[in-house]
Amino acid sequence: MNDHLVQASGLSYRYPDGTQALQEVSFRIGQGEAVAVIGGNGAGKSTLLLHLNGSLQAATGEVRIGDLKVAIATLPQIRSRVGMLFQDPDDQLFMGSVYDDVAFGPRNQGLPENEVAVHVHAALATVGASHLADRPPYRLSGGEKRAVAIAGVLAMAPAILVMDEPSDGLDPAARRRLINLLRSFTHTRIIATHDLDLVLDLCSRVLVMNRGCIEADGKPETIFADTELLARSQLEPPLSWQRRPEHG
Amino acid sequence: MHMADALISPVVGATLWVAAGTTLTYCSRTLRQDRQERLVPLMGVLGAFVFAAQMINFSIPATGSSGHLGGGLLLAILLGPPAAFVVIASVLAVQALFLGDGGLLALGANICNLGLFPCFVGYLLIFRPLLGANLLCRTSRRISVVTVLAAIISLQLGAFSVVMITLLSGISSLPFSGFLLLMQPIHLAIGLAEGLATAAIVLFLQRARPDLFSSASRATSINPLLAAFGFAAACIAGVGAWFASTLPDGLEWSIAHAGGRVEPTNLAAAWPAVDAGTSLEGILGAAATLSLILGFGFLLRLRHKS
Amino acid sequence: MSRFDDTLHDLHALDSHAARPNALTRLDPRSKILATLFYIVAVVSFDRYAILALLPLAWYPVALAALGNVPPAALGRKLLLALPFALMIGIFNPLLDTAPMVDLFGISISAGWVSFASILLRFALTVSAALLLVATTGFDQVCVGLNRLGVPRALTTQLHLLHRYAEVLAGEAARMVTARELRAYARRRLNLNVYASLLGHLLLRALERAQRIHLAMLARGFDDEVRGSQELGWRRVDMAFLTICAASFILARSIDLPRALGHILLKALS
Repeated sequence: MNDHLVQASGLSYRYPDGTQALQEVSFRIGQGEAVAVIGGNGAGKSTLLLHLNGSLQAATGEVRIGDLKVAIATLPQIRSRVGMLFQDPDDQLFMGSVYDDVAFGPRNQGLPENEVAVHVHAALATVGASHLADRPPYRLSGGEKRAVAIAGVLAMAPAILVMDEPSDGLDPAARRRLINLLRSFTHTRIIATHDLDLVLDLCSRVLVMNRGCIEADGKPETIFADTELLARSQLEPPLSWQRRPEHG
Repeated sequence: MHMADALISPVVGATLWVAAGTTLTYCSRTLRQDRQERLVPLMGVLGAFVFAAQMINFSIPATGSSGHLGGGLLLAILLGPPAAFVVIASVLAVQALFLGDGGLLALGANICNLGLFPCFVGYLLIFRPLLGANLLCRTSRRISVVTVLAAIISLQLGAFSVVMITLLSGISSLPFSGFLLLMQPIHLAIGLAEGLATAAIVLFLQRARPDLFSSASRATSINPLLAAFGFAAACIAGVGAWFASTLPDGLEWSIAHAGGRVEPTNLAAAWPAVDAGTSLEGILGAAATLSLILGFGFLLRLRHKS
Repeated sequence: MSRFDDTLHDLHALDSHAARPNALTRLDPRSKILATLFYIVAVVSFDRYAILALLPLAWYPVALAALGNVPPAALGRKLLLALPFALMIGIFNPLLDTAPMVDLFGISISAGWVSFASILLRFALTVSAALLLVATTGFDQVCVGLNRLGVPRALTTQLHLLHRYAEVLAGEAARMVTARELRAYARRRLNLNVYASLLGHLLLRALERAQRIHLAMLARGFDDEVRGSQELGWRRVDMAFLTICAASFILARSIDLPRALGHILLKALS
């Protein structure tokens, strides 16, 4: 079975304080697909993403990555296949230098140091951050942090990339670089985002979430044209589709 | 209060380093055995929290002065004594290395004073026994009173320790009883502030995140070795205090004769004698030495710039 | 707010000196750590009235600052900031120890002032040495060096993470304090309730951040063992550095060099 396949069936999850975060979520994502998960705050996007690498364990239902079911026993292999990018890069860059941070994953995978170096340099080159290798994380700009975080995930050679609000807080130039970078990848990409214009540029499929359920699953153009669906889900059409204000 | 290198003798400093180092090694080993790898980022971030929190002052009710959180007791409540001790040690180390607070030789002493007493005496021997493992079923008043008590006692022990260390080092001229009379009341106030701040934060957390205090992973029994350790520390401090209070002059006398401290009359060699001729020698020598060193430094900088 | 800015600046300013390579940054961190420790022990081992004999030891911080491109003003400023405690205890010496000791051009100076001056001198030397250790090595390299010298991994990981997140937490604290100040009007200081709430929220955010960092670590395969590169090479120059330092410290400790120098100069001048 294909390693790149991501399947959720009947996924339900309730937070310790009782909030039902996910209700019977099911979908199937194939190799190389770039899928956006959109919805208002509290719709369950982040919660869903955390199930995809086993950070959260579902109460009912299951997630499968390729032929592996996500469970405590399979977590190491799951985490080698699924690379996750968190919303705040500061949470992800915890080592003393960019090099050491990108090397964190390969080292944990048990690779010898010379192989680690190969992976790290390749990953940094892909995101255009080779010149930052000796920098400490606190001396990076927002865009640089994001790039280094992506490199840290790429260095583990995952088949699937899961990203939570990757364009959040980036200036327009850094955002454009991010979109171009993500477009160049052949990995299966699952992106939770408010940035609907990024979705237009990058994704071929959209899952709309609302109150823990998947409201809709389809092409971006179809979804964004359905204004009633968008309104129900605390969303609006992409900014590039909205009427430009009249210049006086 | 942080002790400075300038006031500690090598012997005393080294002894306290051995004590601090042994305790740190013991705590690291305990943490490894428990295999709580979620503690790693938690300890790091809470250390950063204490570091940041020490920069925020509050006004102590009814005194008009301000205080800030030391953090040892709070950390022990949140993490348990071994992890809390490691965190406090790391905060003190960063303060010594980056801010010049305390010194590297005195770091061992500071870790003992500001770490051992809150974590192993204040928390382990006072807070925990009086409040039990589950804080949620205790009233606010009881929590506040016990916390203040634990903080005051920890800080009094710490203050006493500072006095003893300074005395045994023999660099400051402060007399034992005078220093004690100075330190203990001040630390009573500081202890009160620490207790009030810690209690207030604990009560806040209780309301906001009750799950923190009732999770099943919290150890429900007191490790007997840790308890013995804390008890021993308290006993030593207590015996010392009793001894000192009953025989203050005797203590000073015994230290002066046992420590081999150099008496003023033997120090003609360290400073030019009263005679003007050798005084000039000393001043010339000092001036020459300083000029050489500064010149050397200046040359090094010039060489570097080219 | 400025207190946060100053401290944060201090945390990273020292490290930034080590970011630019120089002769000292290329040394193995272990040699610098050991040299610093020897130095501090040497300084502190002098008796309480030593001033002249201590002076030669000033060569170490001066040389380190020069070779490490650390501006003397920056060092001086930090020394001033750290001064109060030594001052507070030391000032009792002149008050209590009033036996005359030195006659300097007709003015009688008590032993207490001599020991006070000695305290201040020691303070300047030892604090400079500690600050210069980080300025010439970088904090992360210090942690690696400590590891290789036998400090348990749990401790160096803790130091490292604390250093990494101190700025983040201090930044959050600074913003909360400012936000409160903007609504506090005349009330300059925090009362206990507001303080507890402010710190409580900061603590909650810290706990949530710790949780997220933990997830991020797990997502990349963390299993309780933080593996660093740990590649250090002890070279001849490291041995040479350590030997020179140790020898000079022992020499300065054994012989009163300024006195000898002054003696020679007097002889030469007369």
